[in-house]
Amino acid sequence: MMREVQLAIIGGGPAGLAAAVAAYDKGVRDIVIIERDGELGGILNQCIHAGFGLHTFGQELSGPEYAARFIQQVKEREIPCMLNTMVLDFSEEKILTTTSRADGLQQMKAQAVILAMGCRERPRGALNIPGTRPAGVWSAGTAQRLVNMEGMMPGREVVILGSGDIGLIMARRMTMEGAKVKAVAEVLPYSGGLKRNIVQCLEDFDIPLLLSHTVVEIHGKKRLEGVTLARVDEQRCPVAGTEQYISCDTLLLSVGLLPENELSVQAGVQLSGITGGPVVGDDLSTSVDGVFACGNVLHVHDLVDFVSQEAAQAGESAARYLQRGNACGPKIQLRAVNGVRYTVPSYIDRDHMAESVTVRFRVGHPYRDAAIGVYAGERLLRRIPKRVLAPGEMEKVVLRRADLPEDINTVTFCVEEGNSK
Amino acid sequence: MNERILTCIGCPLGCLLTATLENGAVTNVQGNTCKRGDDYARKECTTPERMVTGTIRVRNGSAPVVSVRTSVPVPKHKVMEVAAVMSDTVIDAPIVLGDVVLADIADTGTALIATRNVTEK
Repeated sequence: MMREVQLAIIGGGPAGLAAAVAAYDKGVRDIVIIERDGELGGILNQCIHAGFGLHTFGQELSGPEYAARFIQQVKEREIPCMLNTMVLDFSEEKILTTTSRADGLQQMKAQAVILAMGCRERPRGALNIPGTRPAGVWSAGTAQRLVNMEGMMPGREVVILGSGDIGLIMARRMTMEGAKVKAVAEVLPYSGGLKRNIVQCLEDFDIPLLLSHTVVEIHGKKRLEGVTLARVDEQRCPVAGTEQYISCDTLLLSVGLLPENELSVQAGVQLSGITGGPVVGDDLSTSVDGVFACGNVLHVHDLVDFVSQEAAQAGESAARYLQRGNACGPKIQLRAVNGVRYTVPSYIDRDHMAESVTVRFRVGHPYRDAAIGVYAGERLLRRIPKRVLAPGEMEKVVLRRADLPEDINTVTFCVEEGNSK
Repeated sequence: MNERILTCIGCPLGCLLTATLENGAVTNVQGNTCKRGDDYARKECTTPERMVTGTIRVRNGSAPVVSVRTSVPVPKHKVMEVAAVMSDTVIDAPIVLGDVVLADIADTGTALIATRNVTEK
């Protein structure tokens, strides 16, 4: 007979851990966390730098320390975890097919499922960089795992493409391990990374940040020998005559993260074309009954603290679903226009929504002295002045049920420029 | 009298700060748009500090390295020295999160602590 479980959580990283704890605390006792790695904690285990937990614990912890606090909470509740176990298939009937070295191929049927698979890095193949295919080209996160967990250095002379936070963190990390980081190239005219990381990871070590630059050729046969960088124009096309050759044995790519939703698709979960994550309501329920999503599989976050908050909400929603069944009322659609790229959630169930709902979103460009406008039709609901808005910083607006007029069916989020004062 | 240009790290605005120094003391900060910018410039120009994180080699452990950090931030000019000591240090498993790996790293008066568990092989 097939094993049955009330709540299966796919992924034992920060999202899965916080979701499990919250579901347990709301009364669910039959939970299993399925994790493909040999330990819980997910990507936090390789993020050994400090800066995690300021919002949750009021302390600057390293990634492993932050993870340890949630792992402890899972252990205290004796929530079962299947480690070294990969979910191969996930059906609309919520049947999970798993494989592991210890137990082989198994199936279990869940009454509710929380998707917490996280994201993965955009690879070289997605960039179409011309040149040879030598060893020495790594995604920044892979290099991070090698250095911080496996104790291995990918190389000695490094160029980094992409100035997101992982690229910046790795520039400092490689330097402190004795490598020479020659440049960080960013195709956009601004960095997506935190100011703190620009200063403390690049400026502290005199590593040049080349904005509006990209790699136009990779050189070397067996091992990387160098890259050609060039400036790009407003259309991000390389400008002829601006090429410069930099010799290096390592190229790290920090060029974006993609929610990992192959399993979600198998179960028929509807995805957003913008985030690459599931379309969810205010309770973080997906289009498949009893399936919830949270963390980087839903949309890529900057701060783990917000992942934990979101995941706790998914855990509570799954508990409510298991105890009271699916509640489905008329939907208020949330529209993202004029610079707001998307919202999570995509809609609010007015009859069943909590007292307040946190709407998270990103903007498409940097703005200064702008505002976030929230409208119901023509009616202005909220206007939040913003000194600065940046694509690299997730924004949030808390909507209270009391703020939402009875008769509306859409709420629009937009950026309003130039008149914030 | 001299001037130092800094980027404020307090928030995404990243204000360009100009600090005026006389005999090593900050006498004026310009370009900041809030109090945090002023505080940051004064601290950064006089006693800049950084939390240092890294790894230490492990003998007989379930993992080849253990992640560590300084218990509190150390003077900025000590960062590479701290990194060098970390590179030269090897410790034996088992290691428990919070263990003091070195009591005083690179004469900073600051302890180096383990940030994860490593069991014995």
